[in-house]
Amino acid sequence: MFVRQHSPWMLSVARRILRDNAAAEDSVQEAFLSAFTNIDKFEGRSALKTWLHRIVVNKCLMALRASKRKSEEQLDELMPQFDSNNCRIEDPWPQLLSADKICEQKQLRAVVLENIDRLPEKFRIILQLRDIEEFSTAEVAKELGLSQANVKVRLHRGRSALKKMLEPVLRGHLS
Amino acid sequence: MKRLGFLKVIGSFGKKAMFYLPMMITCRQFEDFLIDYLEGDLSARQKFVFELHLKVCRECRDYLAAYKRVVEVSARAGNAGEMDASLPPVPTDFINAVLAARKQGK
Repeated sequence: MFVRQHSPWMLSVARRILRDNAAAEDSVQEAFLSAFTNIDKFEGRSALKTWLHRIVVNKCLMALRASKRKSEEQLDELMPQFDSNNCRIEDPWPQLLSADKICEQKQLRAVVLENIDRLPEKFRIILQLRDIEEFSTAEVAKELGLSQANVKVRLHRGRSALKKMLEPVLRGHLS
Repeated sequence: MKRLGFLKVIGSFGKKAMFYLPMMITCRQFEDFLIDYLEGDLSARQKFVFELHLKVCRECRDYLAAYKRVVEVSARAGNAGEMDASLPPVPTDFINAVLAARKQGK
């Protein structure tokens, strides 16, 4: 059955974006209703799953906009550091764990996700859409009503902060 | 081949090169170019200058490698739920609510 087949992954996407079970269920329900109403507009040019993915992400973004925004935290201390000559201050990396090494451990994957959650909302949502849901920068800009330049600035700040937060994982200190 | 030879010479200057040689940028300027470099939005000349800096700067090389690893790890960890086939069960109430709402809508 259509709903049974697609609910699990749609709920998973909605939970990742909204971080709230009840809100995720509401958004998926709205996504299904929207899909049922608009099924005649589905032109078959994209896979059905891609079409549903777009709808559920849209519904989640509407829910996020409607919800009270988290206040923006100060990310400055997590940003790259430079000396007075504008040279980067970066400790040497004798070891940088491979993505395979990190992702094969459930515990480390959990640390990665927890740290993504710790990002202020305006950075987290862009990182989520761009790097995890695999939207293009232009698509993210369109969905959020931002300029592409703004999306890139926020994406870069989010990734930079996350890199700093994940250094113990990347350096293999938690393995 | 010529270009690789040139980069090798530049590399031999080490980090001092960014202060004395033409087409050199600082780490801070490198930082400003980084996202456009990864998005493929730099012109050929900008890309060359960016990679020239990468050649002479250990700190920026390390930084970029770790940054790219974060992007890769985020994508994989973020999608691991589906790969593990460990999606949480869908509550029956939820399915019934969707189907009921659909009936009402008709």
